[in-house]
Amino acid sequence: MKKSIAIAGNSGSKIRSDCEITLELKNGGGIIIDLNSKVKVLYGESIKELTVEILKFYGIKNANVKITDTGALPFVIAARLECAVKQLINTDLEYLPEFISENAYSTTRDRFRFSRLYLPGNTPGLMINAGLHSADGIILDLEDSVAPEKKDEARILVRNALRQINFLGAERMVRINQGEKGLEDLHFIIAHNVNLILIPKCESTDYVKRVDQEITKIKSTLKLNLNNTFLMPIIESALGIENAFDIARASENIVGMAIGLEDYTADLGVQRTKEGRESLYARTRLVNASKAAGIQPIDSVFSDVGDMEALKQNVVISKALGFEGMGCIHPRQIPVIRQGFSPDEAEIEKSKKIVLAYTDAKNKGLGVVALGSKMIDPPVVARAQKTIDLAIRMRFISSDWIDHIPTEEKL
Amino acid sequence: MAIKIVKNAAGRSVPLEINGQKVIPFQGVGKHRPEGRKYSPPIPTCSDYPDDGNKVVGSLEEALRKCGIRDGMTISTHHHLRDGDLVSNKIFEIASEMGIKDLVWFPSASFPCNDPIIKYLDDGTINRIEGSMNGPLGRYVSDGKMKGTAVLRSHGGRVQAIQDGEVKIDIAVLAAPTADSYGNAKGTGGKSACGVIGYAKADSMYATKVIVVTDNLIDLPCFPMEIEGNYVDYVVVVDKIGIPEKIVSGTTQITKSPDRLLIADLTAAFLEKSGILKDGVTMQAGAGGTSLAIAVFVDEILKKKGWKSKFGFGGSTKYMVKMLEEGQMGFILDAQAFDLDAVKSVENNPNHIPFPVFNAYNYHSKGNLTSMMDIMILGATEVDLNFNGNVVTHSDGYLLHGIGGWQNCLHARNVILPIPLFRDRIPVIVDEVTTLCGPGELIDVIITERGIAINPLRTDLIDSVKGSGLPIKTLKELKDEAEKICGKPQKPLFDEEIVAAIKWVDGTVIDVVRKIKQ
Repeated sequence: MKKSIAIAGNSGSKIRSDCEITLELKNGGGIIIDLNSKVKVLYGESIKELTVEILKFYGIKNANVKITDTGALPFVIAARLECAVKQLINTDLEYLPEFISENAYSTTRDRFRFSRLYLPGNTPGLMINAGLHSADGIILDLEDSVAPEKKDEARILVRNALRQINFLGAERMVRINQGEKGLEDLHFIIAHNVNLILIPKCESTDYVKRVDQEITKIKSTLKLNLNNTFLMPIIESALGIENAFDIARASENIVGMAIGLEDYTADLGVQRTKEGRESLYARTRLVNASKAAGIQPIDSVFSDVGDMEALKQNVVISKALGFEGMGCIHPRQIPVIRQGFSPDEAEIEKSKKIVLAYTDAKNKGLGVVALGSKMIDPPVVARAQKTIDLAIRMRFISSDWIDHIPTEEKL
Repeated sequence: MAIKIVKNAAGRSVPLEINGQKVIPFQGVGKHRPEGRKYSPPIPTCSDYPDDGNKVVGSLEEALRKCGIRDGMTISTHHHLRDGDLVSNKIFEIASEMGIKDLVWFPSASFPCNDPIIKYLDDGTINRIEGSMNGPLGRYVSDGKMKGTAVLRSHGGRVQAIQDGEVKIDIAVLAAPTADSYGNAKGTGGKSACGVIGYAKADSMYATKVIVVTDNLIDLPCFPMEIEGNYVDYVVVVDKIGIPEKIVSGTTQITKSPDRLLIADLTAAFLEKSGILKDGVTMQAGAGGTSLAIAVFVDEILKKKGWKSKFGFGGSTKYMVKMLEEGQMGFILDAQAFDLDAVKSVENNPNHIPFPVFNAYNYHSKGNLTSMMDIMILGATEVDLNFNGNVVTHSDGYLLHGIGGWQNCLHARNVILPIPLFRDRIPVIVDEVTTLCGPGELIDVIITERGIAINPLRTDLIDSVKGSGLPIKTLKELKDEAEKICGKPQKPLFDEEIVAAIKWVDGTVIDVVRKIKQ
């Protein structure tokens, strides 16, 4: 036995949708739960039932449990309690909440990755509705946004979030820690359908390869039919930039490469400016390396969340340099970034015509798609369909737009 | 003898008597026909008042004594000083010292600053509160600790109750940021300016005795007067009627919450795509962070289209003032000013017009401003599958809010409730509201971060957004979605005892609140 009292989770006046659990193992007396919850009248019984069930799962028959709850969802309570249990007993058992069927989707190598929203890995309140903001990807971050002493509980929370939270089609991403800790992180998350792993502070191909091998190893042990797990190395140093092309080709699973300018400018010993002249070389080098390797170059996050106009300018430059997306640290940045990188009205209209022509040809049983006098190749149709899908996802057009086209236009 | 309980037209079990007074169960929207004549206070004579018009007396206690304060009387106050009110509590402190019992406090609303009132409920000075009860006061009532039964009315319902004689005010104590010695009073000027004091107008006209309390006595005439001196018995001058920074917030702010902003985005998109936002639109939104965000987004749409809103009905804020000044809004008709910019504007801008609720919200009058509004943005603590709304209790059964103007505003053409689908873990859409405050037939659209539900009665609105790309869902779908995330909540348990009655805008009883089972 390690120690006798464990604490996990968060409480306090500013904490919402989380709980703090104090667990004390006893030699007798059964399970005694002291529940202080703002939702006690509505969920008091179910919180207690869940607590008893989890303790039973770990074979704990006697314990005092104090729960200070600010409206934590069941998967959060479960994560906190599991973390507390694991501080007190040695066990590899995982108390896994249901993997909801909506979360089983896979993603493709060439999907849009315009906007990826970073979420701190130990803050459940920010995760629950994250999918609503229509980011292309959601990054559950285990690295910089989690305090060192909270790394263990963040892993369990992120694992449960991957099983329980519906991110509504956003690519499900996790940023792991650096070094050995990052490799350990993979054991908590790979089984739960992570679409993409972000590897921070890459400087050489070695670590990327180790991450890739570790994932392959975990997958083969699990013997599950798992979806692809793509990789996105983040380059955050001068050395990383010099090795960018090699890193981009380090694994088949790499689909994009991002640049982190806070650390990069620190490495250079210069100030990061809004104009970004100091990082122009690094950015263009990263774009070129990515394009040469056939992957997506992704720009750094823009840290002034209050200044949407500056962000807009930043996106314009970013797109012009060849970047195909940018990280977001606040949901309000998503529409600005997506708008900046995404197709405009003219592109959407053109895509509509192509899709209509294709549908028309299909209905008529024609093998060749033509728009006016021009023949259209299948990849062009696929690309147009993608643009339309994106326009629907961004609510530029309705999902049933095709039914609202006047008949004469359809023909 | 046990009081008879009947089912009202909304299917709610309500008593036929409250606090010893016979009451009428809710009959359906627009169904109850009032009879008789309006209430009238006793006829005064000039000969009882000083010829020089100077009604100033030495203290509030002296004024209360001169008004003949005694056991069982109904004392009214207004809430324009909001959380900075220093007058209301003082009345009951004086009454308690005088040994007076069983008063009825009849405020137009209460605030956290009124929590000390619990002391006077405990010591018997006050029998009950007829008005809103927030926070600790609400908890006190829900725990069954108040001697009498609370009666909650909307702002318009309060005026209706005064006018119809349901509530006979014995003494109205009206705090006034500026007044003259004759009793003319207004909400602007002085160190405690709150902009307007329109909620006090009905009190001044119908109360048997009226005391004006001010910390800014000016020479006659106090103009433009919102309270007319002809109705006033005594004027009391004190050091401070309120704490300025708590009377108006220095500045109201739009929400920073990404989820609330998303709701505001969806609301603005719905207003635009459904076509109910148009040139000449009339609209009202509150001062909450989400409402303000909606106002800002609507302002952007108006600007983009070159449209103008004919008038906005306040609660005014700096955002409305900006629209007025930049020309997107013709007039602000104002019942209360929420921030300093609004107070300044009502004082200086002739198109920013103080507008007593008396003229706007009273259902028993010859027309109702709210029914002329195109768009009404409101909140709710719960909405049920029949679109019924609750604003006074939370899902845990505790009485935590007043009705405010909410019920009155339901009569607008398009009533829109932008609300989060769940707050922390508490779902907002329920099978049946804990307390019924507004019938579903008057609530048109629920806008949550996870989708928009349109009342099936509004086939026109449903048609208007077909093919718009907006996430239209049914309330049931939204409810299921919330419960999938949060889990299905237990129901709170209540005792039989009725602790509060909820009046509809016509004075009938639409529901009651029962004591929480301990």
